[in-house]
Amino acid sequence: MSEKQRKATAYWRENLKYLTILLVIWFLVSYGAGILFKDALDSVRIGGFKLGFWFAQQGAIYVFVILIFVYVRLMNKLDKKYGYNED
Amino acid sequence: MSDVQIWTYALVALSFGLYIGIAIWSRAGSTKEFYVAGGGVSPLANGMATAADWMSAASFISMAGIISFAGYDGAVYLMGWTGGYVLLALLLAPYLRKFGKFTVPDFIGERYYSKTARIVAVICALIVSFTYVAGQMRGVGIVFSRYLEVDINTGVVIGMVIVLFYAVLGGMKGITYTQVAQYCVLIFAFMVPAIFISIQMTGNPVPQLGFGDTLSDGSGTYLLDKLDGLSEELGFAAYTDGSKSTIDVFAITLALMVGTAGLPHVIVRFFTVKRVRDARKSAGLALLFIAILYTTAPAVAVFARTNLIETVSGKEYNDMPEWFSRWEKTGLIGHEDKNGDGKIQYVASPEINELTVDRDIMVLANPEIADLPAWVIGLIAAGGLAAALSTAAGLLLVISSSVSHDLIKNVLKPDLSEKGELWAARLSAAVAVVVAGYFGINPPGFVAAVVALAFGLAAASFFPAIILGIFYKKMNSKGAVSGMIIGLCLMLFYMLKFKFGIFDGGQEAVAGLQENWWFGVSPEGFGSIAMIVNFVVAIIVNLFTADPPEEVQQIVENIRVPSGAGEAIEH
Repeated sequence: MSEKQRKATAYWRENLKYLTILLVIWFLVSYGAGILFKDALDSVRIGGFKLGFWFAQQGAIYVFVILIFVYVRLMNKLDKKYGYNED
Repeated sequence: MSDVQIWTYALVALSFGLYIGIAIWSRAGSTKEFYVAGGGVSPLANGMATAADWMSAASFISMAGIISFAGYDGAVYLMGWTGGYVLLALLLAPYLRKFGKFTVPDFIGERYYSKTARIVAVICALIVSFTYVAGQMRGVGIVFSRYLEVDINTGVVIGMVIVLFYAVLGGMKGITYTQVAQYCVLIFAFMVPAIFISIQMTGNPVPQLGFGDTLSDGSGTYLLDKLDGLSEELGFAAYTDGSKSTIDVFAITLALMVGTAGLPHVIVRFFTVKRVRDARKSAGLALLFIAILYTTAPAVAVFARTNLIETVSGKEYNDMPEWFSRWEKTGLIGHEDKNGDGKIQYVASPEINELTVDRDIMVLANPEIADLPAWVIGLIAAGGLAAALSTAAGLLLVISSSVSHDLIKNVLKPDLSEKGELWAARLSAAVAVVVAGYFGINPPGFVAAVVALAFGLAAASFFPAIILGIFYKKMNSKGAVSGMIIGLCLMLFYMLKFKFGIFDGGQEAVAGLQENWWFGVSPEGFGSIAMIVNFVVAIIVNLFTADPPEEVQQIVENIRVPSGAGEAIEH
C-alpha cells in the first residue's frame, strides 16, 4: 500500500468514527427522546413544556443544527491534519 | 379596496419585481451556469437558496395548520423534514460534491457504470419531481385566488409566467439568487405575525419560548396546559399527546428524513458550491435557516389553535368577528347549526360538531384572527408565493436537467454541442412549466396524497443506491439496480393498495384496509420499510455477482477524500 493510500485509509477511518458518534446522537434525540421515550420524559417539565414533547417539536431540531456544525468543524480539522485542506 | 388588499397588492408586486430584476441580472450563459450556477455560489447564499428551495407552499401554508390539529403527532413533519439534513450533510453532500457532476442520475450512472442504472434514476427523479411540482403550482393558484381575488386558474398562469421567465432564462444561476431573495421574503412573512401573536398571548417576543410560557392574562397558567385542557374538554386527544401509534410515528419520521436526503432538487444544490468543505458548511447553514421556520411553526400551531377554540367554541354565530364571514366565503371555514341554538359547537364527535375548518386557515387567517395590522396580513400572501415559487423553480430545474443532460446528452444524442444542450435544457424547462401548470389547473384528485408519498419514493429508490455507492466500495451495478427497482415497485404497490385501494375497489375501501397495514405502518411511513428492503436486496444480489471494475472502485476511493474537487467536470 502506498503512502498516499495509507493516508487516505486513515482519514476515512477517522471520518467514519465521527459519523458513528454524531449519528448515534442524532438517533437518540429524535427517535429516542422524541418518540420511543417520549412518555417517560414527559413526566419531567421545563416551564410549560413536557420534556418529551419539547424534544419532538423543538429540541431535536436544535440538536440537528448543532450536529452539522460540529461535523463541519471536526472535518475541517481532520482535513488539515491529513493535508487535504484547500484554502 | 380595503387596506389589506392594497398592502397585499403592493407587497406581492414589489417582491415579484425583485425576482424579475435578479433573473435579468443573473442569466445563464453556459450549461454549467444553467445546471450548477457555474459552481461558484458562496455557502451562505447556497444555504439560503437551499432553505427556500426546500420550504414549499406546504411548509409555509399548511404545516403549522397540520400540527395545530395533530398536536404531538405533528412532530413527524418537524423532525422528519429537518433530520434529513443531518444525513445529507454527513453522508451525501461532501462526497457528491467531490464527485462533481451535474445531477443525481449522473452519479448513479457513473458509479454503477450502467446506462440502465442511469435511466432508472432519471425515471425516479422525474416521478418524484413532477408529483411535487404540481402541488406547488396549485399552491401559487390558491394564494392568488384567496388574496388577490383572481380566479385560481389565472393565478396559476401568472405563477407559470414568472417561473418560466427566471427558470428558463437564468437556469440554476438565476434560480439560486432569486431563491436567496425568496428566503428573505418568506421568513420575514412567517416570523412577523408569529412574534406579534406570541407577545399578545404570552408577553414573550420569542415564539419558540412563548408557547411554553404562561398566559399574559396574569392567571399563571401555562399556555400548553390550557390547550391540553381545552382539547380534552371538547373531546379531542390532549394536544401534547397525539393519537398515532409509536411504530407509525417512528416509520413516518424515518421515511421523511431519508426521503429529504434523497430528493434530487435538494441534493443538486450541493453541486453549486466551490469546495467540499463549502458543501458541508452550506448544509449546516441551510438547516439553520430552515430551523428558524420549523421551530416557529409548532408555536404558531399552538397559538392559532388556542385562539380558534377561544374565539368560536360555544359562542353565538351572530357575534363572530368579521374574518369569520370573509373566510366562510372561501369555504375554508364553515358552520352548520345542527341543534339550532345559534351557537357554534366545536367538538371531536362528528355528530355534534358544527364547525368545519380547513387546516390551511391556521396560517392564512391567523393574523386576522389575532387582529393584527393590515400590512402584516398582506405579508402572508407574498411569503406564501415566495415559498411556492422557489420550490417550483428548483424542481423544474431538476426536471429539465434530467431530460436535457441525462436523457438527451448522455443517452440519446451524445454528440450534442454545448450550445445545443443549453437550448435543450431551456426547452425542457419550458415544457415542464407548462405540464406543471396544467396539473396545477386540473389537479388530479390524488396530488395532495402523492406529494407526501414523493418522499417515500425518494427514500425507497435513491437513498440506498447513493449511500452504498459511497460507503460500500464493492457495491456493483446489478445489486444497486435490483435494489432500486424492487424498492420503487414495493413502495408503488403499497401506495396503490393502501392509499388508493386499487386492488380492493377504490378509494372507499381505503379506511377498511387500515388494519391490514404491514407492521402497522401507514403508506406515508412505508418508505422506510421499502428502503430497508432496497438495502437488503442490493447487498444480497451484490454478494452473488461480480465485483465492480477496478476503475469504479478507484472513483469511490477518490470521492472519499476532499481535496482536488475542482469545478464540476465538463463533458
